[in-house]
Amino acid sequence: MSFTLEGRSGPWEIVVGLEVHAQVTSEAKLFSGAATAFGAAPNSQVSFVDAGFPGMLPVINGECVAQAVRTGLGLKAQINLWSRFDRKNYFYADLPQGYQISQYAHPIVGEGRIEIELQDGSTKTIGITRLHLEQDAGKSLHDQHPGKSYIDLNRSGVALMEIVSEPDMRSPEEAGAYLTKLRQILRYLGTCDGNMDEGSLRADVNVSVRRPGEGYRTRCEVKNVNSIRFVMQAVEAEARRQIEVWEEGGTVEQETRLFEPARGITRSMRSKEDAHDYRYFPDPDLPPLVLEASWVERLKASLPELPDERRARYVAMGLSPYDAHVLTLEKETAAYFEAVAKGRDAKIAANWVMGDLFAAINRTRTSIAAPPVKAEHLGVLLDLMQDGTLSGKLAKEVFEAMVETGKSPGAIVEERGLRQVTDAGAIKRIAAGVLEANAGKVAEYKAGKEKLFGFFVGQTMKAMQGKGNPALVNEAVKKLLG
Amino acid sequence: MQPTDFSLRGAIEALNEGLVSSVELTRAHLEAIEALNPRLNAYVTVSAEQALAQAKASDERRAEGIAGPLEGIPLAIKDLFCTAGTRTTAGSRILGNFVPPYESTVSGNLLRDGAVFLGKVNLDEFAMGSSNTTSAFGPVENPWSRANDPDTRLVPGGSSGGSAAAVAARLALGATATDTGGSIRQPAAFCGIAGIKPTYGRCSRFGIIAFASSLDQAGPVARSVEDCAILLRSMAGFDPKDSTSVDVPVPDFAAACARGVRGLRIGVPREYRLEGIPAEIERLWDQGLQWLRDQGAETVEINLPHTRYALPTYYIVAPAEASSNLARYDGVRYGLREAAPDSDLRDLYERTRAAGFGPEVRRRIMIGTYVLSAGYYDAYYLKAQKIRALIKRDFDQAFQGVDAIVTPATPSAAFGMDEKQDDPVTMYLNDVFTVTANLAGLPGLAVPAGLDAQGLPLGLQVIGRAFDEETVFTVGAALETAADFRAVPGLRAGAV
Amino acid sequence: MSLDTETVRRVASLARIHLEEAEVARLQGELNGILAWIEQLQAVDTSGVEPMAGGGATRLRMREDVVTDGGIAEAVLANAPDRAGDYFAVPKVVE
Ligand SMILES: [Mg+2]
Ligand SMILES: [Zn+2]
Repeated sequence: MSFTLEGRSGPWEIVVGLEVHAQVTSEAKLFSGAATAFGAAPNSQVSFVDAGFPGMLPVINGECVAQAVRTGLGLKAQINLWSRFDRKNYFYADLPQGYQISQYAHPIVGEGRIEIELQDGSTKTIGITRLHLEQDAGKSLHDQHPGKSYIDLNRSGVALMEIVSEPDMRSPEEAGAYLTKLRQILRYLGTCDGNMDEGSLRADVNVSVRRPGEGYRTRCEVKNVNSIRFVMQAVEAEARRQIEVWEEGGTVEQETRLFEPARGITRSMRSKEDAHDYRYFPDPDLPPLVLEASWVERLKASLPELPDERRARYVAMGLSPYDAHVLTLEKETAAYFEAVAKGRDAKIAANWVMGDLFAAINRTRTSIAAPPVKAEHLGVLLDLMQDGTLSGKLAKEVFEAMVETGKSPGAIVEERGLRQVTDAGAIKRIAAGVLEANAGKVAEYKAGKEKLFGFFVGQTMKAMQGKGNPALVNEAVKKLLG
Repeated sequence: MQPTDFSLRGAIEALNEGLVSSVELTRAHLEAIEALNPRLNAYVTVSAEQALAQAKASDERRAEGIAGPLEGIPLAIKDLFCTAGTRTTAGSRILGNFVPPYESTVSGNLLRDGAVFLGKVNLDEFAMGSSNTTSAFGPVENPWSRANDPDTRLVPGGSSGGSAAAVAARLALGATATDTGGSIRQPAAFCGIAGIKPTYGRCSRFGIIAFASSLDQAGPVARSVEDCAILLRSMAGFDPKDSTSVDVPVPDFAAACARGVRGLRIGVPREYRLEGIPAEIERLWDQGLQWLRDQGAETVEINLPHTRYALPTYYIVAPAEASSNLARYDGVRYGLREAAPDSDLRDLYERTRAAGFGPEVRRRIMIGTYVLSAGYYDAYYLKAQKIRALIKRDFDQAFQGVDAIVTPATPSAAFGMDEKQDDPVTMYLNDVFTVTANLAGLPGLAVPAGLDAQGLPLGLQVIGRAFDEETVFTVGAALETAADFRAVPGLRAGAV
Repeated sequence: MSLDTETVRRVASLARIHLEEAEVARLQGELNGILAWIEQLQAVDTSGVEPMAGGGATRLRMREDVVTDGGIAEAVLANAPDRAGDYFAVPKVVE
């Protein structure tokens, strides 16, 4: 399916590549022992290394390296056993050393790929150019004082993975699907929490437009977009702007821009002079990063199941591709589903999770991470249906009670006396009473009006306040009529 | 004899035998500093009270039977080593009154071993210089002077000019120093003392204010080779806080001083016979080689063909790294801030750095920035790194046939404070014999070996294999013994 | 390669060092002197030579992922020329 934007002079194709900065999940920073937790008091998670004090030296955190390798493996990418840290030199208030330690010439991870899923059910492979490790900068607050900016260095030195894609995306939807899938992979791997509100995942979106079939035209980089929806909006807004420029006979200038969600436009960033002369050179404080192939193999062997593999497994368990897709989107959902489905019918489990549970989450404004019904409780509920203790109808009632009270299904069944009647003799007596009271209808049935069978079953159930075991009720009615 | 005349080794013995206390030693040095420092300007910060308190505590430890290898020994610390609670300036205005809350690993190791710190000694600003005239705290004077021209004040060499002058004038028993292109060996030679730049990775760089990270290495200066060996043993050692630190055992360097050179093969690089070098330096070099042969060593001509490219290579690599290392001095978190009331951040940076850095530092930052900038990286920086590899390769090949290399330490004796200041390149040539060891990461020792016709000290240099400081000390001690260097500078404790 | 005055100004700006107009010409002369001297390196045949970045440890040693530092805001801020509470303060930056 090809996506184009219609200009006055004909159709335009969008070309998108993403540079994603993902905060590495680790206790301590990339080159210092300070903590990485979000939301700490200003400058409370800062070592003298992070603040660029004289004589301070970086020492690398091995777990951050492992996380980058795990991510590379998850992106089916080449792991470079020899990589190196370079300095990217520029002055900025929240860059204490006057340079960022990054990997420019020799990244730890090379080419890889991600398969994205689109609305129409099709899939597409997006190329990964590279992944490298680097330090985050601190944070400037510009709105605290009329004449000053305030600097908090808590983020300074936190490990980031910069994941660069090929310019393989051709629509806002594909850009959104790519970021969704990348985030999903990172979260499955546990290498980045994917929390876009807290800045754990930020995207720089490179956008250009071209006539279908043409080579690439000049691109612009929309910096630091912090939600998937905004990425999609920014792609479209920036593409429309560029189309306008080209159609008016102008030229798109390569530049850095900012997306303004409130106005739905991108605007040029106050151009930083010298911004493009970073004077990269190998960091003389850091020898090369040399990995053992056996160490990489061990990380590979201990990699968790990834979304694509998990989805395939769910399909093999009998779920539809759609259900498998939905259940694997968030690893918490998949974990919940697996807890419910374990030793039970996968299809029934999937229906309950995607139906009643999702509805309850929406209604109660909770999340799968803190669900209104515990997975083990839902599992027991399915067992009670399976062993005939509860009918489907009763089960729904019990489920709602679970949402309300948080109690276990067993407790609710006991408290409310919702246990299904499975005493065949008792059912037979009640059914017999129903037939007796409806002798006329019994005659009609016997004369051939067979659809009255349902009426007798319904009346019997009603007489039992819905607690009769449906199969036994059916059987009893059939026998008595027979 | 007064306490300031002890050698470091002699002072340790005197302390052990109870002939002197650390408080007495320390007080004698403090008094000498008070008398001479106004003239020499070797110390920029004298920590008299702290030193006496440390000495007192040291004497108490000794009385309790606990004595470290340097127990009670008063030392001077180059003001490039961060010292917790004591102002550390790097000889620059830009650090203002910076007081580090942390201790460099090397100075910390010395404290661990019982040393007493008399104070912080002067240096070329950010260790950039060969004359100690670029310090924001004014020049250091060499305690030596020319016999026929006693009024011309001479430079002590640099950048560790304060360290060398203080030790030569007996204002400390030893001092820490650093060497990026010759900054330990050249001032040691100019001041008639010994100094060793160890193998890169031998001493931790943690807490030492960086000039050029891939070349910087800490080492001691002292009045004898053995004193240097004793100090280096304490200063050296693996440090997990420095990623370039090498995890190898620290041997007993002092023991190596007594090994003798019999059977050693000493390399004599042809390329170090430079045109324009004073004949007396050539003669001293030949004399040194003869001394070694007399003690049973064999001397061998070797080739180090890329020697002549070492200095220009250094003047790409060092400024490039420095331009980046010094970017942190921006007036935001510590040190000097210069700004007008209406300055924006950029203006603040530019004013702070223009006012805070002296001319030589600014010049090197400019060169370093230029050689790394877009379009020039390959022609300059990458080219220099490749030539650096060739220089290293020259040494690797030479060391297949020899155990150590002996050269002059400097191309001249100490010069006047007003000489050689006009053209930067002339000044840079001071390091012509020393800089190769930094580029190759090898240990280099300067040993006082004789006097020139003016009565100024001249030194020889011993270069060794990586992590073979022991052989370097062996050869250095042999030269020292043969030279029997007993001359003393005019300006020294007790002499004025 | 020799520097013109424009390049001298650009390099000073990259390095964030304020230059007085009067300094430009002098600095240009000094820098060109140094660069002319460095130029001799171009004569060295370095084809096939691997660049050498430095000495010391030959590969990075990896640290454990344990919080061992931080929690020292006061010490980090103690030398600051200007601060506001627990923040460093600089002239307002407009993005
Ligand atoms: Mg980017
Ligand atoms: Zn980045």
